Amino acid sequence: MRIESKDRFETLRAQARESNASRMQQVLVCCGTGCLAWGSKKVAEAFASEIAKRSVDATVDLFVKSTGCHGFCERGPLVALQPSGILYTKVKPNRVEEIVETTLIGGEVIQNLLYKEPVSGERIAQYDEIPFYKNQVRVAMRNIGRIDPTSILDAIAEGAYSGLARALFEMTPDEVLDEVEISGQRGRGGAGFATARKWRSCKAAPGDRRFVLCNGDEGDPGAFKDRSIMEGDPHSVIEGIIIGAYALGAHEGWIYVRDEYPLAVVNLGIAIAEARKYGLLGQNIMGSGFDFDIKISRGGGAFVCGESSALMRSLEGKTGEPRAKYVHSTEKGLFDLPTVLNNVETWAGIGAIIDRGGEWFASMGTERSKGTKAFSLVGKVKNTGLIELPMGTTLRHIIYDIGGGILNDRPFKAVQTGGPSGGCVPAELLDLPVDFEELTKAGSMMGSGGMIVMDDRTCMVDVSRFFLAFLEEESCGKCTPCREGLHQMVQIYDRLIAGDGVEGDIELIERLAAGMQLGSLCELGKSAPNPVLSTLRYFRSEYEAHIRDKACPAGICRELTAYEIIEEGCDGCHVCFKACPVDAIEGVVKELHIIHQDACISCGACFDVCPTNTIRTFPKIELKKAEVV
Amino acid sequence: MPTLKINGRRVTVDADATILDAVRAAGVEVPTLCHFDGLEPWGGCRLCVVDMSQAGWEDDWFKVVTACNHPVDEGMTVVTDSERIIETRRVVLDLLLARCPEAPLIQELARDYGIEETSYTPNPEPDDCILCGLCTRVCDHIGVSAISSADRGWGREIAPPFHKPPPDCIGCLACAEICPTDCIPYETSNIRRTIWGKEFEMLRDPKTGEAVITKEQAEHFAERSGVPITYFETSDTSKRRQMASTFQKLQVVK
Repeated sequence: MRIESKDRFETLRAQARESNASRMQQVLVCCGTGCLAWGSKKVAEAFASEIAKRSVDATVDLFVKSTGCHGFCERGPLVALQPSGILYTKVKPNRVEEIVETTLIGGEVIQNLLYKEPVSGERIAQYDEIPFYKNQVRVAMRNIGRIDPTSILDAIAEGAYSGLARALFEMTPDEVLDEVEISGQRGRGGAGFATARKWRSCKAAPGDRRFVLCNGDEGDPGAFKDRSIMEGDPHSVIEGIIIGAYALGAHEGWIYVRDEYPLAVVNLGIAIAEARKYGLLGQNIMGSGFDFDIKISRGGGAFVCGESSALMRSLEGKTGEPRAKYVHSTEKGLFDLPTVLNNVETWAGIGAIIDRGGEWFASMGTERSKGTKAFSLVGKVKNTGLIELPMGTTLRHIIYDIGGGILNDRPFKAVQTGGPSGGCVPAELLDLPVDFEELTKAGSMMGSGGMIVMDDRTCMVDVSRFFLAFLEEESCGKCTPCREGLHQMVQIYDRLIAGDGVEGDIELIERLAAGMQLGSLCELGKSAPNPVLSTLRYFRSEYEAHIRDKACPAGICRELTAYEIIEEGCDGCHVCFKACPVDAIEGVVKELHIIHQDACISCGACFDVCPTNTIRTFPKIELKKAEVV
Repeated sequence: MPTLKINGRRVTVDADATILDAVRAAGVEVPTLCHFDGLEPWGGCRLCVVDMSQAGWEDDWFKVVTACNHPVDEGMTVVTDSERIIETRRVVLDLLLARCPEAPLIQELARDYGIEETSYTPNPEPDDCILCGLCTRVCDHIGVSAISSADRGWGREIAPPFHKPPPDCIGCLACAEICPTDCIPYETSNIRRTIWGKEFEMLRDPKTGEAVITKEQAEHFAERSGVPITYFETSDTSKRRQMASTFQKLQVVK
């Protein structure tokens, strides 16, 4: 079973390909975390038992595969059929028999399981024709959703470890470095530091022992691309790390993954064990004479452990707190030895870069940001999910063509990129090409590739408070500006959303933000003011309205907002009556309903459910004024 | 030996010096709170921030770094009193004053930077702990690690494990002595010592009867140093007496 030469690897790959091709039909059931939550495991089981039931019938040659995330989490559970390329969405176990009978045996498409294009209402049968997929270019995510992540042979059949074979047998370590440099790949964890430069600086550090690490501590609210890669194609990550280790002359590696990603931990563990069994990890890899092995280290759930120095501290078994990086970790990292730490997505791209060449990767993207980038598209967008696109794609293309536009066709207000350290990009910048430089110029950042789309029912003060509160919770508390600054920032925002803001609060926020940016020890604190500064830059008037007019223009902040039913539009459908959690709405069916202001808690439940859009918000202060009159 | 420019003044220091060493060598004062010369620099309080430019950087390009843990380099330029540095320290002190409005040390430092009252919401339950980490670091340094920081962010605190009397504590009082705001309470008498809720019996000098050290501390030090435990039990008075009698017995050789 051990692969002891390049020839043996190629033979094994050819056999695996043949065995996959010999299966007439494949049913790919998405078993990523999103679809599992939709109940996809039951769907996969139903397929397995249904097919087993029919296996007496010689005409059925079916194979069910539980794959990683297909990305289109909004429509789960997803079932893709090969070779027909049909994608069924929102598949429930009770439809499985029908799918086997009608489509797999009968060759007919079941219309009402197909994806319905929201604009035209047209049903689309082919996976590749759905705009969500059609517009993507997948590199790091090349095999996710196509392979069974627990089967190394399935991954090898789809090209896994081909880059490694090439690196080990056709290239010197320096040639590998050159190839990565030609690709122009920059780190996918947020800061965008050139991969080759990082590797070179580590290689130049003195000493024989060095480490390669993989950062799988993705923790930004709304981001899940690293999770999906580790769950759906762990071999791409492992392959990248081995190639990096070969280039650097490292023999030990760790994957640091959050323990809140149980499926990622399990799938990585299976993949590493299988890779060892096949001689792709351990002594004398593929018979090349190169030794390298990987261990998994499970993080305890501190957001700050995604920061490189804190991650290394945590790996050393100490408290996960950042330390000054005046000496780079490429020189003195883990256990004070030269260390390269790259993000999951960065590693996942390396195998493809070596296999297909740096030029190929560099042919995609923009001048300074090469290749493709994975994003988690979430929020008030019709098609949420996981996507990968060439750098430089515009926000408009991402939100409208791939995301299908804003939910309920409400106006687009802003998109939050880069997680809590990023910022909000407003509607006027919809044509911004997304790459490292452009996002930074707009006051945001690439970060972990989270994209939270927001509609007009979003208060920017409230959103900033959300991210600040998240960071306040996650700050390690080692340095003063971050620990105290975030706490005080939240206090100020609490004041603003409660209508207790005073003149001078904006200036106080700005001074504190500047102090935190300059004074904080690590990037968590330094970048924590980004959501604040970017919303102040583009939505300053909203802040002013909260302070001066005691009004929330978006009608979100409860203390400042009241709701009422517009008489002309209400058809008495009674939906709001049922939705109100505090019985503040009075009315009988088919008659005008009213909201009792003294009982209303401004939760907005009625607003969200009203089918005729006849509930409006207005500043609560007008109620008080009316009382005075 | 690298030469640096500190606020325009040239100073030459050892290659393994920090910016803080160089700043002091130049006779310039930079405030610190979490720094102690005998311990590894930590960079937590952020009060010692300075503007720094390396040789070869563009003229007007400076980076804000902490002096306590940044290594020096030939041709480095350091400015300790630029506007943004003063402002950053002001923000730090303003924030610390909100956490510890009653700590005299913080009040004094804040006043030096023109702050009489905090701009922020004062801590509703104030104590004087500024979370500088000196106590836990000195405890680690002694090889005991009886206390540590617990929780994170604003909720961070210094505590023994599970807030119970720390089993590893040797009652040496190093934490209380090093605390810049004197906020670690303890009691010590001729018989007994109490710190972190743990009680210690004092070992007394057999000759003078003075309380010298806790039994746990004497044992720990004897074990670490290889020096007999009797040495640690001897009081300073006894040691002086012994020395005096030794000197008396000495004969001057002409």
